[in-house]
Amino acid sequence: MLVLLAVVVLVAGLVVRVNPLAVVLASAATAGLAAGLPFLDLLARFGAAFNANKFVTAVFLVIPTIGLLERHGLQERAKQLMRGLRGITLGRLLLAYLLARQLTSAVGLTQLGGQVTMVRPMLAPMAEAAAENDGSGHDSDRAKALAAATDNIGLFFGEDIFLAIGSILLMKGVMEGYGMTAEPFALSMWAVPTAIAALLIHGTRVMLLDRRKRLGADAAADSSTDAAA
Amino acid sequence: MIGLELVYALAGAMFLGFALVTAWHRRDRKGRATALLWGLIALSFLLGDYIGDMANGLLAIVIVVVAASGRTGAAPPESDGTASATALEASARRYGNRLFLPALAIPAIALGGTVLFKSVPGIVKASDATLVSLALGAVVSTVICMVWFRTKAQAPLREGVRLADGLGWAILMPQLLASLGIIYAAAGMGSAVGHLLDYVDTGGSLLAQVALYCTGMALLTVLMGNALAAFPVMFAAMGAPLLVNVQHGDPAAVAAIGMLAGFCGTLLTPMAANFNLVPAALLNLRDTYGVIRAQAPTALAMLVANIFLLYFLGFSR
Repeated sequence: MLVLLAVVVLVAGLVVRVNPLAVVLASAATAGLAAGLPFLDLLARFGAAFNANKFVTAVFLVIPTIGLLERHGLQERAKQLMRGLRGITLGRLLLAYLLARQLTSAVGLTQLGGQVTMVRPMLAPMAEAAAENDGSGHDSDRAKALAAATDNIGLFFGEDIFLAIGSILLMKGVMEGYGMTAEPFALSMWAVPTAIAALLIHGTRVMLLDRRKRLGADAAADSSTDAAA
Repeated sequence: MIGLELVYALAGAMFLGFALVTAWHRRDRKGRATALLWGLIALSFLLGDYIGDMANGLLAIVIVVVAASGRTGAAPPESDGTASATALEASARRYGNRLFLPALAIPAIALGGTVLFKSVPGIVKASDATLVSLALGAVVSTVICMVWFRTKAQAPLREGVRLADGLGWAILMPQLLASLGIIYAAAGMGSAVGHLLDYVDTGGSLLAQVALYCTGMALLTVLMGNALAAFPVMFAAMGAPLLVNVQHGDPAAVAAIGMLAGFCGTLLTPMAANFNLVPAALLNLRDTYGVIRAQAPTALAMLVANIFLLYFLGFSR
């Protein structure tokens, strides 16, 4: 039970805003020492884990291209494109993206989205431009954060419908360890109700973003003297 | 056969290039330590597979010390050659919607390559096909941009390092947190949380048991940063012995919806840095936790939805 101290270290460090990288090291040291791992053993295990997880950082290989394109106006083009579309609102843009992200992830095309390749250079500027134009008054930070959130939510509650995804294979392996027969198809079908719930819940949330515009506009029309923000 | 080694060599070369252009072009007070940081990451990519676990551990610590020293960071805005807003607008009008093509080429090549390399064996290791294809997409797209925009040879590195400097420590967070998750697992974090849940009295109510199982899955994911790490623990603690064997739940439903309850936790935790902290840095959000805040209402509603879906659909009564 002492290892739970590592979580206390992690949360306390993040709350008092010590550099997060240092907090992670401190938490790892706490967990290892609480579990009675000798220090050098812990160092070697951490080193092995750090080296084995280099692939996580390798996705940043795309940033030179994204940087070049942004330097030549990619984000601005995404905004210009949105300004040219009639009737586009932050809510409608995000709903369309959510649906597209869920559907493509469900058939295994998870790489079509992503925070570095899709959200930063294209979706986030589009969301900013849509929020500026639809009169809803959502500030640019909020629009960008919701764009990132919608990409994650569409991915998480779409990808498990695809048979050959890591989480399905893990479940199959674990279940077989308990002598249960696990059909990947059955597991993926059980992800459908949750996917529909996600579309309804998050879809409703993003469409409610547009309601604020109408309420705001009505209020402004009611009282021309009062600035309804 | 081509595998991850090639991707690592490429990433090492990229970070080494970042270090060199930083050392060469930057004269501000944060230039040196920033060059050192990118150089150390390059070292990790180029030599990590050859220097042994202990040296990798020390290298990780040195990288964290440099990154956390406060001496690294982006160049002052006036000197980094950022184009003005009007120049970018004009450039965007000039190149038009064709600007989207190289950006969309990356995922398209990543996708096509993955399918190709998995169906035609012998070129790329099947397990590494995704990352190799992504790297291929990045290289092809960079070359297209260089030819199209007629840039200097070092332009991709200078533009890339501008983004990397903006990301700062967030660029390393996913890798470090994945390592922390492994240490947590080795230290028995999963079973410790599993024991904690044993103290919760559900009073034999199926709904309470389902709620505890799903909430436990989300909570453990919040701590470990990954639903795939939480799943075996919670399935062993409650899923198999209680929900399947005693309450006769459909095993596939208990597993699948349990995993999706874990995903609700992923949306809530800074431990899932690549989904939550990296985008906040990428998008220059004022609030480091801005993406988590934007996700929280959906994540909590989805947790409740998963509890009821499992309760109503997963048990034959």
